[in-house]
Amino acid sequence: MSKDKNIQLSVEHYFYPKKCVKKERVTKDNGQEADFSLAIKAQLPNRGITAIYGPSGCGKTTLLRCIAGLEIAEQCQLSIGDIDLASLPTKQRQLGYVFQENRLFPHLSVDGNLEFSYKRRFSDNGPSKQQVIDWLDIEKLLDRKPDQLSGGQKQRVSIARALLTSPRCLLLDEPLAGVDSKARNLILQHMKTVADNLKIPMVYVSHNLDEITRLADYLMIMDQGRLVADGALLDMLSRLDLDLTRQENAAVVLNTKIVSHDDHYSLTQLSLGLDLNLGSIGGGADTELAVGRLCGEAGDTVRVRIPCRDVSIALEKPSQSSILNILSGVITDIELVDGARAIVKTEVLGQSILARITRKSLEHLTLEKGKSVYLQIKTVALLSETLV
Amino acid sequence: MNLLDSDISALWLTLQLAAVTTVILMVVGAPLAWWLSRSISRFASVIEATVALPLILPPTVIGFYLLIAFSPDNFLGSGWLALTGQPLAFTFSGLVVGSVIYSLPFVVQPLQSGFQHFDHKLLEAAETMGAGTLDRFIHLIIPLTRRAFVTAALLGFAHTMGEFGVVLMIGGNIPGETQVLSIALYDHVEALDYQRAHWLAGGLLAFSFTLLILLYGFNRQHGVSKAGVKQL
Repeated sequence: MSKDKNIQLSVEHYFYPKKCVKKERVTKDNGQEADFSLAIKAQLPNRGITAIYGPSGCGKTTLLRCIAGLEIAEQCQLSIGDIDLASLPTKQRQLGYVFQENRLFPHLSVDGNLEFSYKRRFSDNGPSKQQVIDWLDIEKLLDRKPDQLSGGQKQRVSIARALLTSPRCLLLDEPLAGVDSKARNLILQHMKTVADNLKIPMVYVSHNLDEITRLADYLMIMDQGRLVADGALLDMLSRLDLDLTRQENAAVVLNTKIVSHDDHYSLTQLSLGLDLNLGSIGGGADTELAVGRLCGEAGDTVRVRIPCRDVSIALEKPSQSSILNILSGVITDIELVDGARAIVKTEVLGQSILARITRKSLEHLTLEKGKSVYLQIKTVALLSETLV
Repeated sequence: MNLLDSDISALWLTLQLAAVTTVILMVVGAPLAWWLSRSISRFASVIEATVALPLILPPTVIGFYLLIAFSPDNFLGSGWLALTGQPLAFTFSGLVVGSVIYSLPFVVQPLQSGFQHFDHKLLEAAETMGAGTLDRFIHLIIPLTRRAFVTAALLGFAHTMGEFGVVLMIGGNIPGETQVLSIALYDHVEALDYQRAHWLAGGLLAFSFTLLILLYGFNRQHGVSKAGVKQL
């Protein structure tokens, strides 16, 4: 695991009250109280999308700026693979940066903006201009000036521009913050395309859990300048010790594979077993989910989200129910949320599903660790955009 | 033809002086204006005030102190003499030095205000794309503050063309060497040669007026574009 995590990051940064003279800032032991401090030590995977999640003002953006060298931290260690970046100035770090406010150059056309970064690209191994234009679908915008673009279009151009320098790593600072929800879905799709085609790690800062569950592979949770927890997204979303699972809209994300299509009822069967053979033969129907007809082929991966409040538990398999999705699993953990409710963590073919039920039901059914149960799942949200 | 050879040479000399002065001012003024637009130190206000002094001081005051500084007894005059073998006072070089100081605010102030409206976040973006300082200056700052550069160059040039007091103090009135248009005009008036005075005065008036019309026309045309102004 640690072999894959070859981005080493360690940042310590202090913000003092403005009146404090610069010289004093460097010495930490002069009794001056810091307004805010950032202290993060983490190892990030060198592939896929890492999301940094936390409330506004927790230091996410500052951390990203420290990584890019735009903010000089008091102490910073940063390396990608064998390359030490901390001692380099921003322009030599070879990292792509997508800013929240796009920062397109207003005097240049879209094409001029792309050309600006492509001319200065760090290596020839990166994507070609045409590839990037196709991934982000901005061919039609090339002749426009930035002030003739909508917010979503600006961000697509901005992402394309950052990719054209062939960066070692792409940093994105809430690129969807000012974008309406329709454009947001489109950009998320485009970013997925980029991530599938480009083998560089991306670090994505966001306070929107929905965006993160759709996009990220790895999750870092921050609060008040500190790292709360980090890990693979799917594990993190089902960790009962984290605040994430206590939120009203808590949900888990599952990776599934398409097993078959049912054209008569216009449904698609998804297996939770990532090994397709095991899923369909060993797992059987109790490990499969039915969703609206998808356009993918058997074996394609589909990411789905299951809200905790939409999962209920039964001890025997309900036979007369309108709910199609009934899985069999084993309880691995139980945590009380408050006096009335509890979260039950179950495992189905190695993947975790959380059910939020009342404490009354918990005691009534005498649920405990190791017990086999049936999960009735009311809604399954698709996170991959392969719907017909 | 009512323009004499001496008037032609005064015109030529004036154009040369204005051109050389403007080039030097753009090279010196741009970094100075950039620093002034960015700096928050108290020292910057002192420099800012110094730059603006020629706007309100009588030119003869500046000329007087420059004349003293140019004297071979003083550090500036003696240094220049040792370096070039020529004195500064009553030479073309001396006029250039005087003009640069005299016209400095006309170049620095438009540039400074242009830079203040420049969106510095764009520079960070360019930095992440590997653009160095000079690269960013040429490809972002100059095109996005083009208006300020054009205004600064034209005002610097026009102001130097019409300079009188400083030139009189430090340049004297040597035809072909330090006799500029405004001095030649003064000579004609002194000699009661009003016809030639009219030619020079009218010419300078027409020139300055045309230049300002061109400048404001340019600014109006390019003023509408939001280029370089901070995005909200």
